[in-house]
Amino acid sequence: MTLLRGLLAGLWLLAGGWAVSLPTEAQADSFVFTAIPDQDESRLQARFGKVADYLSARLGVEVHYVPVKSYAAAITAFRNNQVQLAWFGGLSGVQARRLVPGSEALAQGYEDQFFKTYFIAHHSTGIEPADKLPASVKGKTFTFGSKGSTSGRLMPEFYLRQRFDAAPDEIFSRVGFSGDHTRTIAQVQTGAYQLGAVNYAVWDAQLAAGKIDTDKVRVIWTTPTYPDYQWTIRGDVDQQFGAGFSQQVRQALLAMEDPQLLASFPRQSFVPAGNQDYAPIEDTARSIGLLDE
Amino acid sequence: MMPALTPDWWRESSVRRLNGVSLLMLVLALLALPLADFEVYRSEPWAELGRMGWGLLTPAWEDPSELLWGLVHTLAFAVLAIALSAPLGLLLALVFHWRPVRLVCAALRSVHELFWGLIFMQLYGLSPLTGILAIAVPFTGVFAKVFAEIFLQQSRQPATTLAPGVNALKRAAYTLIPQSWPALRSYTRYRFECALRSSAVLGFIGLPTLGFHLETALKQGQYSAAGALLWAFLLLIASLRYWLRGWLLVPGVVAAVWALPDTVGFGTGGSLWRFVTEDIWPRALLAGDWPGVGRWLAWLWQEQIWPGTVQTLALTQVAVAATGLMVLLCYPWASRSLMGPWLRWPGRFLLLVLRCIPELMLAFVFLLLLGPSGLPVVLALALHNGGLIAFLVANASDAEHPRQGARPGEPRGLLRYAYVETPRRYPAMLALLFYRWEVILRESAILGLLGVATLGFYIDSAFEEIRYDRAFLLIVVTAFLNILVDGASRRLRGSMVR
Repeated sequence: MTLLRGLLAGLWLLAGGWAVSLPTEAQADSFVFTAIPDQDESRLQARFGKVADYLSARLGVEVHYVPVKSYAAAITAFRNNQVQLAWFGGLSGVQARRLVPGSEALAQGYEDQFFKTYFIAHHSTGIEPADKLPASVKGKTFTFGSKGSTSGRLMPEFYLRQRFDAAPDEIFSRVGFSGDHTRTIAQVQTGAYQLGAVNYAVWDAQLAAGKIDTDKVRVIWTTPTYPDYQWTIRGDVDQQFGAGFSQQVRQALLAMEDPQLLASFPRQSFVPAGNQDYAPIEDTARSIGLLDE
Repeated sequence: MMPALTPDWWRESSVRRLNGVSLLMLVLALLALPLADFEVYRSEPWAELGRMGWGLLTPAWEDPSELLWGLVHTLAFAVLAIALSAPLGLLLALVFHWRPVRLVCAALRSVHELFWGLIFMQLYGLSPLTGILAIAVPFTGVFAKVFAEIFLQQSRQPATTLAPGVNALKRAAYTLIPQSWPALRSYTRYRFECALRSSAVLGFIGLPTLGFHLETALKQGQYSAAGALLWAFLLLIASLRYWLRGWLLVPGVVAAVWALPDTVGFGTGGSLWRFVTEDIWPRALLAGDWPGVGRWLAWLWQEQIWPGTVQTLALTQVAVAATGLMVLLCYPWASRSLMGPWLRWPGRFLLLVLRCIPELMLAFVFLLLLGPSGLPVVLALALHNGGLIAFLVANASDAEHPRQGARPGEPRGLLRYAYVETPRRYPAMLALLFYRWEVILRESAILGLLGVATLGFYIDSAFEEIRYDRAFLLIVVTAFLNILVDGASRRLRGSMVR
């Protein structure tokens, strides 16, 4: 009977453990945010823990940071009120605000007012940099970044469709999703993909760090500018944390000056932003079928 | 009739059946080849691969406590998931002859842990519950199936000694389960290793296990950090045999519950109802717009379901055949009877590495080497699953091999491989391969990142685009495919042992 006893003991313990570990509203009054930086995702907890401390000191409430892996996870957490504030990409912010009525874009990075995407090419393609995306990209292999990325997916796809009046998989012989800007660069640099679309800030940072071999891979075209990353807050935080809370959060974000904190994002400063700033992103997403009407 | 040409022993020969089944799988794989989207692109991967190799040789980790907690959480999820799914699977196995149970179990198994994770994340956020259920739910289906098969192999005789009026549960408790206890135990041990792998991989979607850091490190090209994580995981798996003991179950569960990560700022449970009643249904259906539903279905069928299904099945078939070849090539290097007691260790180490490295990482290496197509997917699947099956085959071979050397006159080396070991191992090997058929189908779905449009590629896209209605239907289709493959593999295995 050791078997049955073992099983029973296991089940009983599990049930007991469950009662302890089941999520409760024990932490309901701490303010939680999440952020996926567009580069260097290592040691997130350590870096953004400092941001949490800063916000906690400014706001007078307990602030926690939750690391997530993808824009979709960030949106889900935001929608389910698991986090109340999030550092979203342009597209993920639009998606999140559509799902949570009353939510609001608070601030964007200084750089995010005029963000852009580089199209990069492996040297073996022989494609030269130009003012207009060269027609010779047709029939090559091409990789986006992550599927939900603004700079790695949405905007490059928009400009590709605008230029060639065709979907990416009609323009290229193969279309992949590397999942990340750094990986896009690595894959085009090795020639695994011949072309790619990459967040300009990530490219510039990697170039400055000497991680890019410009004999192997180079920028062939730059998109026009568009708005990208922003802080978005849920509409119901004022009820939860007191009137005027979201304005306090906005002030705290705008007043963030410590270069060490800003380097986590990495942005030079935050500037005010509103939902209407992202109307172009929403229209673009709708036009390429990433959002329904 | 020409009895001289097909004598009874030949018509009834198990060899002939095995050959027939193997040939069928090979022919299907050849037929699938043209559909499987293979292509090789010239690339210059050596600098990047060099960095990867160097990273593996020079593992480094800045914050040891982070690595340690990653390991602890990986273990905790695996322990709790097994403690939950093994007993449940055992109960289900007792009623596995009941068709609805079989179908439900096949459906549970058919969804990859990562997709279960994504689903539970909608309901429970990034909480320990998400991680445990993501492993426990599909594993319950696996346990039920395998335990039921173990029961089928038991002798009926002990059961006849019980009084006729004794109910089924008592019958199982006093005869069936004690009879099969060693097999149940050993399978549960093996499954624990699988749970550790699943638990690590769940980090890819954000749970705080080793995979969380591994995904980051791979993405950012921090190969020394990736090396440290891989070595840590390798050590964990390799050391299992020295510390995994039955009596550890209860203290292990207690420790695991204690070690679970905190759930930070969890919201209400209201998302469950919304998810079930709204999120997973197309909006046209909720609005009662039937033509709209038709258009939605037609579009999805034409754009994603049909091409995704063809691609997934074709890749799976080729990968299964490649896995079989891989096993035949690999297992001898790790078996005592062919390599001797000491020379088998390098082979065993290689198989350990192959089964520990996540398929996604293998696929990434082959992507760099060969460019984007179905080829890296198939190679990654074949190496990983081949490594796994070869390990089990080599173990089975060792278990039968007398430790005090062979009898005089027994063939050695290649002769022994071709005429003794392989024929002896082949039926079990094929059976394992049929199990993995299902697994490979599931896994081929998650390797869609290589620009190969499998069903999993579309499921992943649907989750990224917050279109749970699409994700749900695609998962249902995947589940259905899996049930078909499961049925086929049952039938084929049945024909092998008949």
